[in-house]
Amino acid sequence: MAKRIEASNVSSYYGSFKAIDSISMTVEPKTITALIGPSGCGKSTFLRSINRMHEVLPNARIEGRLTIDEQNIYDPDVDVTAVRRLIGMVFQRPNPFPTMSIYENVVAGLKLNGVKKKSALDDAAEQSLKSANLWNEVKDRLNRPGAGLSGGQQQRLCIARTIAVEPQVVLMDEPCSALDPISTLAIEDLMFKLKDRFTIIIVTHNMQQAARVSDKTGFFSIDKTGDPGRLIEYDDTQKIFSNPTQKKTEDYITGRFG
Amino acid sequence: MGDYPSSSTNATAGGSGVTGRHARSAGTGVSPSSYEPPIGGGDGLPKKARFSMESGFRGLSTAAGAMVLVIIVAIAIFLISKAVPALRADTVNFLSYKQWFPNDADPKFGIAALAFGTVLSSVIALIVAVPIALGIALFLSHYAPKRLANPLGFVIDLLAAVPSVVFGLWGRDVFLEPVRDFSVWLNHYFSWLPIFGGDGPFGRSILLGSLVLAIMVLPIVTSLSREVFQQTPGMNEEAALALGATKWEMIRTAVLPYGKPGVIAAVMLGLGRALGETIALALTLGTVFSISFNVIENGGNSIAANIANTFGEANATGRGALIASGLVLFAITLVVNMAARAIIYRRREFRDSAA
Repeated sequence: MAKRIEASNVSSYYGSFKAIDSISMTVEPKTITALIGPSGCGKSTFLRSINRMHEVLPNARIEGRLTIDEQNIYDPDVDVTAVRRLIGMVFQRPNPFPTMSIYENVVAGLKLNGVKKKSALDDAAEQSLKSANLWNEVKDRLNRPGAGLSGGQQQRLCIARTIAVEPQVVLMDEPCSALDPISTLAIEDLMFKLKDRFTIIIVTHNMQQAARVSDKTGFFSIDKTGDPGRLIEYDDTQKIFSNPTQKKTEDYITGRFG
Repeated sequence: MGDYPSSSTNATAGGSGVTGRHARSAGTGVSPSSYEPPIGGGDGLPKKARFSMESGFRGLSTAAGAMVLVIIVAIAIFLISKAVPALRADTVNFLSYKQWFPNDADPKFGIAALAFGTVLSSVIALIVAVPIALGIALFLSHYAPKRLANPLGFVIDLLAAVPSVVFGLWGRDVFLEPVRDFSVWLNHYFSWLPIFGGDGPFGRSILLGSLVLAIMVLPIVTSLSREVFQQTPGMNEEAALALGATKWEMIRTAVLPYGKPGVIAAVMLGLGRALGETIALALTLGTVFSISFNVIENGGNSIAANIANTFGEANATGRGALIASGLVLFAITLVVNMAARAIIYRRREFRDSAA
């Protein structure tokens, strides 16, 4: 199921503005990798470059090489929608489709990919909601609007929607920043569970969260506003938080900077 | 006051529990060195004003709101009082009779053919205009580069500003020829369909009127739909794209469902314009009082066009009859609008929770 992501010298641009500068990192299958760093350092830009959501914005482009199990994600012959099916994404703010019910939200991705059989959709919806630890809360009201759930439930609904299409990699862009601590904990538990099946990369501002959930941590930083973000240090989470090699990393995780 | 110990020497309004309401300005006027209380109010609590802009404006807006009701009731009373005597004088069934002879000594008039022509021409106009309008709206909101979309949107809005009499004259003098040729072609190949049957003459038909109407409702539906499509939350569009949707699939998943209530409202506004359109149809339709689904033969008529065409030579009963037909048009519009609201209301749960 899960696949390896390799980035080598990836730089992303918005028009002429360089947002990140030659990022290289390897993310192993079935691990959780946390990306931390101050605001504006390019963590999210890098994350969005991985599933080619970066290029949705006008004039956005990347340089360098990104591969998933040796296949070039940015190969001109590659179908971009296939990349995004392979590498799912959960966004910062819960974004269920407002016009759809809980059920319709979960199966939206499957319907987009041509699954029509009712029984297959029903099974997938139940499985995904169970995987997202949401089934027990919503099984009696699957036809109610998805946007009527609480923030934490909406975010788990979005995770269910993402994993329903069975991607290889799940990207999470600050998935808990709009949630209360209890919902955050629910999502962190969920991430441990999903780690058995997916490669997970999460951007977070919450260093305790990075320390709790991730196997590896990458620290991004910028020298000053307007400069591109760089990957300062990338190592085992334990090492980053106990014995970082870079002074900048240490300053950041001890709260003396950023 | 405890915060401003120096104020005790020259404070004029401070000290008392409740001060006059202009305590602040009174303080400023005394002398350059005088103490000025902070905006938040450092002194006592000012009294509530008895008369102010607040109550004055409330009264004005209430009066404006009430006036709408008064005007509507007055218009309704006027129309009904004029229509009822004419309807009493009618010697045939007003709802089912097709001809219109209200000025005779023995008045015979009915709304059937007119109402039918009104609804038929408007429905055909919408069938033609709405898909094109939605296509243009989507192109402007999601496909066209900004540099092209803005001027193009402006041109579309400009189309809405063309007076309907211009459309009518253009339809009668210019557009008639191509429509006649097209009608002959349709009749030649598709005469086995009743709507394209008949032996002619063709041209000044429901088809011509409907196409002119379609051009007239196009800009309304386009610019409102475009507005709605542009308001689709970006995060929903991104959610669809991140699931592996192509651009068109993204539009189908996120944009169209989100915009549906707005599009329905836009279509209803367009339908309202089409149903009430007068002079363009008076100039393009063949003015025949009959109920026929044949859309290419000379013929067709509508309530509003009939009012414009016959008002000049109408006597008292004739005018009453025309006013009665206007009431029927109003009733049709009302039913259509209520139906549209019902459609929007049915999904309110989804719309409200989206906010």
